Amino acid sequence: MRTPIFVAAMLAVVALLSACVTINIYFPAAAAESAADKIIDEVWQLQKKPEAAPATKEAK
Amino acid sequence: MRVGAFLLILLATSAMAQGNLEVNTPAIAHAKSAMAARHAQLAPHYASGALGLARDGTVQVRDANAIPLAQRAGIQSAVAAENSDRDTLYREIARANGNPAWEADIRATFAQRWTDKAQSGWWVQNAQGAWQKK
Repeated sequence: MRTPIFVAAMLAVVALLSACVTINIYFPAAAAESAADKIIDEVWQLQKKPEAAPATKEAK
Repeated sequence: MRVGAFLLILLATSAMAQGNLEVNTPAIAHAKSAMAARHAQLAPHYASGALGLARDGTVQVRDANAIPLAQRAGIQSAVAAENSDRDTLYREIARANGNPAWEADIRATFAQRWTDKAQSGWWVQNAQGAWQKK
């Protein structure tokens, strides 16, 4: 009784894991690019304060 | 335990399916805020050409002599700290998305976007390793 259930469970595990591998193996280039853009904007404060860049001239 | 792992895998999979990378973890937030705070210190030296944005997604000291002597050691250690935060950032984004092997791809993506977004007058390294002024 237990064995078929166990086998089925193992098959489910294998199926699930291989599905994950299939999905994750490809690098999501577009998503990575938009994540990078967001982080760079934050680190360089590019979009929150649009006047920040020209302000370097006025700062003196 | 197993059910928990399954749920995590399912969650990771569905996050992936939505086409966004997970970037909200404490380690990522920490690296980001440290980098943002450091930027004001580094920015003038990107403009002077002392520092450049390297093709490997790091900051490099191109010309230490362009940094006033009094600041030189401080800037050099800020660059080292910046690069360590950048390494953390790339590694943690890969990890947060369940795929540590993506670190190199994430690094390459960032390298490209740092140079694309650099202000004109800043120095960036092209794919062949040569430095160019934007």
